[in-house]
Amino acid sequence: MRSITLGQYYPVESPIHKLDPRVKLAVTLLYVFSLFFAKGPVGYLIAAFFLALYICVSNVPFSFIVRGLKPIIFLLIFSVIFNVLLTPGEVLARFWIFRITKEGLSLAFYMGIRLIFLIIGSSMMTYTTTPNQLTDGLEKSLGFLRKVHFPIHEISMMMSIALRFIPILVEETDKIMKAQMARGADFEEGNLIQRAKNLIPLLVPLFISAFRRATDLAMAMEARCYHGGEGRTKMKPLHYERRDFVAYGAAACYLGLIIVARVLL
Amino acid sequence: MSITLKNVSYCYNQGTAMEAHALKNVNLEIPDGQFIGLIGHTGSGKSTLIQHLNGLVRATSGEIWYGDRNIYEEGFRMKELRSKVGLVFQYPEHQLFEIDVFTDVCFGPKNLGLDQDEIKRRAVESLSLVGLDESYYEKSPFELSGGEKRRVAIAGVLAMRPEVLILDEPTAGLDPKGRDDILDQVAYLQKERQITVVLVSHSMEDVAKYVDRIIVMNHGEAVFDGSVKEVFSHYKELEAIGLAAPQVTYLMHGLKEKGFDVDENATTIEEAKASILSALGR
Repeated sequence: MRSITLGQYYPVESPIHKLDPRVKLAVTLLYVFSLFFAKGPVGYLIAAFFLALYICVSNVPFSFIVRGLKPIIFLLIFSVIFNVLLTPGEVLARFWIFRITKEGLSLAFYMGIRLIFLIIGSSMMTYTTTPNQLTDGLEKSLGFLRKVHFPIHEISMMMSIALRFIPILVEETDKIMKAQMARGADFEEGNLIQRAKNLIPLLVPLFISAFRRATDLAMAMEARCYHGGEGRTKMKPLHYERRDFVAYGAAACYLGLIIVARVLL
Repeated sequence: MSITLKNVSYCYNQGTAMEAHALKNVNLEIPDGQFIGLIGHTGSGKSTLIQHLNGLVRATSGEIWYGDRNIYEEGFRMKELRSKVGLVFQYPEHQLFEIDVFTDVCFGPKNLGLDQDEIKRRAVESLSLVGLDESYYEKSPFELSGGEKRRVAIAGVLAMRPEVLILDEPTAGLDPKGRDDILDQVAYLQKERQITVVLVSHSMEDVAKYVDRIIVMNHGEAVFDGSVKEVFSHYKELEAIGLAAPQVTYLMHGLKEKGFDVDENATTIEEAKASILSALGR
């Protein structure tokens, strides 16, 4: 369970870690959009180059990032295979009811790349930003929504709690799994149905503990007079520094390149 | 069978920025039938160490032998080891999941592949060992009190009839009576069945009262290993690593300094009483 690195914070010093979370949010969003906008090998090369640069500057080891891809490998293979087999077009090979087409191959290839970049690009944000910073940034960026009575503080609080609970629940899962294994439970053997059944001793205690933690937390917040965002001040208010503008500049250059590549090629 | 640890080291998150050494070169021998106390401050590696003993955590380096077999060798059946070395985790009541107490206790023996009658016999036996009678069998584990839940969880491990029983702070959060009940029961089991018990505890009084041998962990190393009196005679060093000796030991040292001829190594109240009375000539 501990091997799930997706969405975790990776604590090292780097210029990216120091950036204002709003910048990282904006850049991540922009990157995600750019991936759908990019076209052809040149577009994806630019996207790859930008991502590589981002990873380099962030000081997060590449092996750690690759490990983060493990949980989605199934989804990845699934979508690639479907794209290969079910896209109509110029037929290259056929067997039984399936045919592999040229369009299918290229679609599957780009689809795979896009998925991988999407996951890496968005998890780079969580690797370099603590959940607290992240929700602070989100709250501030979307602050204008408060004018239309959208409960932005409450929503960002819920988000930060949800993010905060991921590692706790992972740890809890690990503990319960070990406790049941100590009683002879086996989570690896058997067919699919057997395995699903084997998960009951894990899931029941896990849900109970999640509920217990939730009520405890609610009680603790109540005891400290939490009453929402009204009049609440920050210990570390966000403000832009020079490096943040540099980062915005770099992102703008990247977007420009992608657009140029799409228009010209 | 005895458990032997040879140069066991363990490291969390190896190769990342969160790397942390939980165990460093631990060498231990746990012979049959001993009652061992494992003490150390929070984060000293106690919990990691005990998870090695039944193979839940694999050492980064070093060897662990159960009897005459290396548990890391090819073809060694971990499941069998886990039935021989029973581990009761901290707050074991959090692992209960079945609809009633009896079925939950049956979970362990059922995983051993025993037949129905034997499973039932073991569940009845282990529930009576922890002092829960038939009126509890049909109850949901979630409607019990904290102390009762914990007994059910301990019974769940006892039902596997382990040869070695490891308890990680079994008394945390229990009232004094609940604590004494559980520890007395464990001590009784240890004598009656000649099983090995490893008790992880933060209470020096409990350790002094029940165990034959103490192992002290500090920063992932076993720093002291010896009889109760031997280890608690190092009470100054123990204090330096965030631990202490039982309170009577301090009292006896104080009395000795004041010129009373008492045994300053007494660790339990009974010993102290006898020694003080004889010093006073009564």
